[in-house]
Amino acid sequence: MKKLALYLILICAAVSFIYPFLWMAFISLRSVGDAGAGSFLSSFFTLQNYKAVFMEIPIGRALLNSAIVALSTTASVIFFSSLVGYALAKLRFNGRETVFMIVLLTMMIPGQLTLIPLYTLIVRLGWIDAYPALIAPWMISAMGILIFRQTFISIPDDLIEAARMEGCGELRILTSIFWPLSKPAMVTVGIITFMNSWNEVLWPMMVVRRQEMMTMPQMITTFSVGGQSGGELGVEMAASMLLIIPILAAYAFFQKYFIEGIASTGIKG
Amino acid sequence: MTTGDERKDAIGYAFTAPYILFLLVFTAYPLLFSFYLVFHSWDLITPPEYVGLKNFYFLMHDTDFWQALLNTLIFLAIHIPAQVVFSIMIAMALAEKIVAKTFFRAAFFLPVIISGAVVTILWAKLYSTDTGIFNQLLGLAGIAPVKWLTSTSLAMPSIAVMATWKNMGFYIVLFLAGLLNIPAHLYEVSKIEGTTRWQDFWHITLPLLRPTMLLVVVLSTFGAFSLFIEPYVMTGGGPLNSTMSVVLYMYKHAFLFQHMGYAATIGFALAAIILLVVLIQKKYLDSD
Repeated sequence: MKKLALYLILICAAVSFIYPFLWMAFISLRSVGDAGAGSFLSSFFTLQNYKAVFMEIPIGRALLNSAIVALSTTASVIFFSSLVGYALAKLRFNGRETVFMIVLLTMMIPGQLTLIPLYTLIVRLGWIDAYPALIAPWMISAMGILIFRQTFISIPDDLIEAARMEGCGELRILTSIFWPLSKPAMVTVGIITFMNSWNEVLWPMMVVRRQEMMTMPQMITTFSVGGQSGGELGVEMAASMLLIIPILAAYAFFQKYFIEGIASTGIKG
Repeated sequence: MTTGDERKDAIGYAFTAPYILFLLVFTAYPLLFSFYLVFHSWDLITPPEYVGLKNFYFLMHDTDFWQALLNTLIFLAIHIPAQVVFSIMIAMALAEKIVAKTFFRAAFFLPVIISGAVVTILWAKLYSTDTGIFNQLLGLAGIAPVKWLTSTSLAMPSIAVMATWKNMGFYIVLFLAGLLNIPAHLYEVSKIEGTTRWQDFWHITLPLLRPTMLLVVVLSTFGAFSLFIEPYVMTGGGPLNSTMSVVLYMYKHAFLFQHMGYAATIGFALAAIILLVVLIQKKYLDSD
């Protein structure tokens, strides 16, 4: 009896979380002439909505922009944050504790405070409608530094000493000993950074005006809000599907890292 | 040995130098410049003009700004209780011995990883007065269509419900971790004393979930004060400013009117309010 109630709650919840996305996928695949009529089963599935998206807006370019921005941000965050994390965990230098305190402090600054001044900086640098505006301000993350520091601290010092004896430089120690030993941390930082960058919409809407420079979230938002879609539901949903498919694919493979990474860092998209 | 120490110092500095440079340009400079901007009027084209405390004076008397804050409070008043109640309920169900636990967790978490832009566009369709699923379901029950997003009293609550749906998977996972941290022997003791499940929930589960509760409330508050794409897509801040969020209001001043000084002042005030609210919540939820 109790079990039944449990499963009822869980199944109802699961349906309510999944159904809207299924509906979206279904609408995006339905042929236009079919709108409104026909049941789920008798409907004729087609890719014509997807073709229409590519005809109506430069969505291919938006996908490319999103990929460039999210991948370079992720690569940069992993490299530079692990560099700092390594220094904080394993190198002894004057001011190390100060740097660590600064990392913690920056996490407490509400983003809303620096948003407008940061935008004026981008204008002055002449980066409006350019990739650096979308990448440079997010190249290193305090969250990444803390995760790497935490992971690296537990790696024994003997490994470093042995490598130094053999004449290994610190950078080599980081990339060829610490990185391979810290795969879960690297995947976690990588996934969270990629997801946040891929999904981000407010910042691109501030620094990008030209359609060719838009990333996916801004592209589909202006497509939907700007009335460009002409109220064609199927086309709008197809555009949205193109945005979520890469994230869904990553989620299918790295589900555990998504859930545990996001839950442990308190960062949500 | 000083040379060895100096070498170590040099490597430490070299490894942290990119971060320090990054911090100076993209955090410290904007932070300092925000203190400059709030005392100036600037349209990005003509030179900034010193205006003293005028921006703050306008802000105090700006009814639209206060409306945006009030809207955020309405959002929080619905979002936080709904979030806490449903997340705990589902987390408790997940904590039991059940099959397909991983599947359920993954399903609940799905909306968390999807871009807020997509979720909002999708829900705008679901909320549609004429064709949306909510009104279709109500129609089956013989209830007249509801103006989810076009009535001043319902638009903000509708956005709050959507945001709760989007983030719930995240909070379920947090509460689940909190539940699994509660030592099982505490419940054993209560079994001997013959207490009911409901009593156990009130006297053991809830008090021990308090740290998680604080985290959930604080994170929900941050989320509420960052609302932007939801009203931007669904309502444009309307009807009659009833869904105007503070960030959307700041965005409008910066990008519709080029009021950089005033937009920075809004951001400044918002940051101060966020810190204040979080401190109050922490004090209230931390004490016994």
